[in-house]
This record gives sequence, structure tokens and C-alpha cells, in this order.
Amino acid sequence: MSVDINEMKHGSKMKGTVSKLRIIVGRDLLHANAGRAVENRALLDKNRVVAVNLISSPGSGKTTLLEKTAELLRGKMSIGVVVGDLYTARDAQRIERAGVTAVQINTAGLCHLTADMVGRALQEMPLARLDILFVENVGNLVCPAAFDLGEHVKVALLSVTEGIDKPAKYPGIFREAAATVISKADLLPYTDFDLPACLGEMRQINGGQQVFVTSARSGQGLDRWCHWLGQLAGDNLPPVEAGGSYTGGTGG
Amino acid sequence: MHELSLIHALIDTVVQSARENGITKVTKVKLVVGESHGALPDALQFAFDILTVDTVCAGAELAIEKNALLLKCRECAREFHPEGYLFCCPGCGVSNAALVKGNELYVEYFEGE
Ligand SMILES: [Zn+2]
Repeated sequence: MSVDINEMKHGSKMKGTVSKLRIIVGRDLLHANAGRAVENRALLDKNRVVAVNLISSPGSGKTTLLEKTAELLRGKMSIGVVVGDLYTARDAQRIERAGVTAVQINTAGLCHLTADMVGRALQEMPLARLDILFVENVGNLVCPAAFDLGEHVKVALLSVTEGIDKPAKYPGIFREAAATVISKADLLPYTDFDLPACLGEMRQINGGQQVFVTSARSGQGLDRWCHWLGQLAGDNLPPVEAGGSYTGGTGG
Repeated sequence: MHELSLIHALIDTVVQSARENGITKVTKVKLVVGESHGALPDALQFAFDILTVDTVCAGAELAIEKNALLLKCRECAREFHPEGYLFCCPGCGVSNAALVKGNELYVEYFEGE
């Protein structure tokens, strides 16, 4: 395609020959996902389920955290888990053994869940009897941050074995997260993870977030984490009836 | 790879719009991407090159406009570009800022014939 200089000199707005068109688009590329996310959130709200999108690198202990959380909340809150995994169903099987309804989504290599995938999983969930739905996103700190799934909060997970540079490398997710769970704290003596420095950095990246220092092995910090979840669900639950639902806090 | 899914969405958008506008060959695509997406231009270009094969976008030029992050402090209302990855306000030192600019992700226009 050649540009007709004469035409330009004579004030034509069209650069190039007549057959060349410029189409103005200006539409958000994640538009379709955003629409589906709104639908998911509406469905969750209708069922008074609070949804937590759990995001971390591979091997940070998302599945272990969910197993422990299910154990601690048993009898207090009803939990469902949507598990995103690249190919296998192993994580969902582990979570189901902890007595939780789990629905597996295999992303077949896609590095994040989309609102559409989660929407289909919601159809298989007994939403009417759930208080909290966790979405265990694909292990990855970058892509999941960009895709709204219809969740109410994002929670980032960082294990002490990953080192302290993750928040600096991937600030996006730590900035958006309502809470960060630092996991495997029982291994702190065996790593060079500088916990005070990490906590300071977390505050600077996102002063509004909750930070939980936890160990699934020793149980450290899990009570605070579960208490926070109770408050989240409580905010979303109907007013308490006599002898009724869990109200958050110290229940049971 | 993050850039692949972004470019995948871009191509879907352009292919559909090209069809609606009767364009059979796309020569240029202008993408506006905010810094918050953390997308690397080289990786975007690479994804574009491999994913456009056999589409109307094959061989088109990809022009990328990167929007830097612009934040507004919720405490003192000052607008600032963050230094590095920390969101501390240079005015009051508090880290509680809202995103004003830098979260964009859209095709501004494409050209074709
Ligand atoms: Zn300020």
C-alpha cells in the first residue's frame, strides 16, 4: 500500500488510497469476560454465597490451606470449591476427601480461569446451601489477576519457600488482594525469608489488605484466617434468625 | 503465557469487526495496554505473529501504546506515577491509592482494505 502524497497535500484526511479503511474499535478486550463475571456475581449474591478467588504460584499450598480451612470450619460454615487445574483432577480429589463439594475445571493449558468456565462450574454447585465458595485458580501470579471471575474478594497466597521477591515481581495481585496468606510459616527457620521485611513491603504495596501468617502444619494463624472468612460470609448472610446461621467471629 | 490470551482476545475482536466492515486484509492494529497488565511488548508481538497466521490479520503491523500507571492518593488526593512497584504517595507517604490510568486494554483502531 503506497501513500498518495498529493492527496495528503490537498488536505485529504485519508492517509493512503481510498480503499484503505481505519476502523475505530475502542472496546475493552476483556469485555466478554467482564459481562460473564457480572452474571456469576449476581447468581452468588442471589444465593448469599461469598466467593473467594485464591491466587498463587504453583506449590504455594492452596489445596492444603483449603483442606485445613474446611476442617476448621466444619459444622460452622458450608464450603464449596471450584478447582482450576491445567490438566489433572488431583487437587479436587484431595479437597473432596476433606468433605467439601468440589468441582474441577481443567483449563487444558490455559494459564488462568475465565468467568465463563467458573459460570459453568457454578451450575454444578449446590449454591443454595453454601456460605463460602473458594475458587482455586490456576497456579500463576500474573494472568489470574486480570480476569474477574465474579468473585467478591481475591486472596493471594505466598509461601515462605518462594522467597521474598514475589510481591515486587508481581505487585498486581498483591495490590488487588483483600488479603494475603503467607503459608508454610513453620519452615521459616529453614529459609532466608525475611518476614518483617515482607510484611513491611506488603503494607507499602497495599495498606488496606489483611495479612495472615499461617502454617497448615502447626495451625498457626489459621484461627485468624477462619475468623476473617466468617466475617466475610457474615457480611453476605441474611440477618441472624434465632438459632440460625453462623454470624462470623468465634462461633462453635 | 499471559500475552497469548490477551492477543487471542485482540484477534477475536478484530476478526469480528473486520467481517462486519467487509475488510478482507488487516494491515495495522493499534493496541492500547496499561502497565497494570504487565504485558511485555516483545511477548505481545511474538503472540501476535504466531496467532494471526491464517487470519485476516496475518502480516499486519502491531502498534502498541503503553499507558503508564497513574494513581490518586485516597488520603490527600494527590495524583502520582508510582516509583517502582510501591504505591506510596509522595505527598503524604500513605499507601492507599486508587488507579486512575494504566488498566486499559483495548484495540483503539485497525486499518485494512
Ligand atoms: Zn497522599
